[in-house]
Amino acid sequence: MALTREQMAQRVARELEDGFYVNLGIGIPTLVANYVPDGIDVMLQSENGLLGMGRFPTEEEVDADMINAGKQTVTARPGAAIFSSAESFAMIRGGHVDLTVLGAFEVDQEGNIASWMVPGKLIKGMGGAMDLVAGAENIICTMTHASKHGESKLLEKCTLPLTGAGCINRVLTDLAYLEIKDGAFILKERAPGVSVEEIIEKTAGKLIVPDHVPEMTFDAE
Amino acid sequence: MAGFDKRVSSYEEAMEGIESGMTVIAGGFGLCGIPENLIAEIKRRAVTDLTVVSNNCGVDGFGLGVLLEDRQIRKILASYVGENAMFEQQMLNDEIEVVLTPQGTLAEKMRAGGAGIPAFYTATGYGTPIGEGKEVREFNGRHYILEEAITGDFAIVKGWKADRYGNVMYRHTAQNFNPMAATAGKITVVEVEEIVEPGELEPSQIHTPGIYVDRIIQGSFEKRIEKRTVRS
Repeated sequence: MALTREQMAQRVARELEDGFYVNLGIGIPTLVANYVPDGIDVMLQSENGLLGMGRFPTEEEVDADMINAGKQTVTARPGAAIFSSAESFAMIRGGHVDLTVLGAFEVDQEGNIASWMVPGKLIKGMGGAMDLVAGAENIICTMTHASKHGESKLLEKCTLPLTGAGCINRVLTDLAYLEIKDGAFILKERAPGVSVEEIIEKTAGKLIVPDHVPEMTFDAE
Repeated sequence: MAGFDKRVSSYEEAMEGIESGMTVIAGGFGLCGIPENLIAEIKRRAVTDLTVVSNNCGVDGFGLGVLLEDRQIRKILASYVGENAMFEQQMLNDEIEVVLTPQGTLAEKMRAGGAGIPAFYTATGYGTPIGEGKEVREFNGRHYILEEAITGDFAIVKGWKADRYGNVMYRHTAQNFNPMAATAGKITVVEVEEIVEPGELEPSQIHTPGIYVDRIIQGSFEKRIEKRTVRS
């Protein structure tokens, strides 16, 4: 079975380490915040200028001057800091953020990522994504392994305009967890009940399959 | 003393001198921390062919979105647009030129513009359509593209509190692009919720020192929320 969005978030959350400053993109990456393991403290960075994003506010706490990069109303956790956009991107571009999690349309075996424009469709912009992928050394990309029509999104070479070149080293799809190294995807884990054959079939880029590919486990909910 | 008094008494006076064809740098992120009354005054003045530099372009009927209604914006530099149907339509009809700019690059362009730095190298956008046609240089084995700074004829800024000397503090994440915008205008106009006496703001807590600010006005704000999200 392919992973659900929640399971994808849960799996990514296992990569969090105590003391990490983390930037979470919109969509599945946002859900990662719900699965921070016990005993681990992470500080969430929101690129509009907030380090230490807290929970969503109660109705009484809603404040128009307090939003996240997705423009949602949020709160600041104790110990948070608020600053300008230039300061925020100094953190990002200066490589001070420990982990960035973001979605993508396509990733290729050279670590290129395409996530912001599909030619012919309305282009809304890259927001902070190009800064995030250029600035972080540690990025996890979350995406579905293949399109609805079964076409692989893990490619030899991205077909869409890039967001960043040679910057992605880890990918979590609904089928597998993979690393990108030396021009190839390396299959590290597979989703429960998903066969190695299915992953091979749905990966268009060069894929290295070790002798043993462990199956991910999830606590029953 | 009056030489440092930046207060103006009306929005008309606040935007005095703005003309068609000028470049306006605006603070704000989404609808948070936007100079909503200064934008309304630009609309009232019906100036056209503006180049606007702002992270976003408001929504239909609010923020910079109101300047689309009478086609006052010819060109916009922004990182994310299209939250408004009118913008989409003008973009598709080629009535508005959009220069999509990575968010950090946009902030740095304003910061550099205000700091007298004409251009800077950044890794952001290298190898992407944003880097095409731009000078590339390698430093320590990594590729960087040259991005040019931005300055504006006007900068319009939303602050929280200011004193009459133009020292400004911002509130929470309404800070965003405002401090950089404030440095990058030939004429910088700041609208705030409250003007206090000099000395009332703690000097070390001031975000934008008055040297960058030409005009200050106190206004009242709707502060519309784009995505009200609450926990259950």
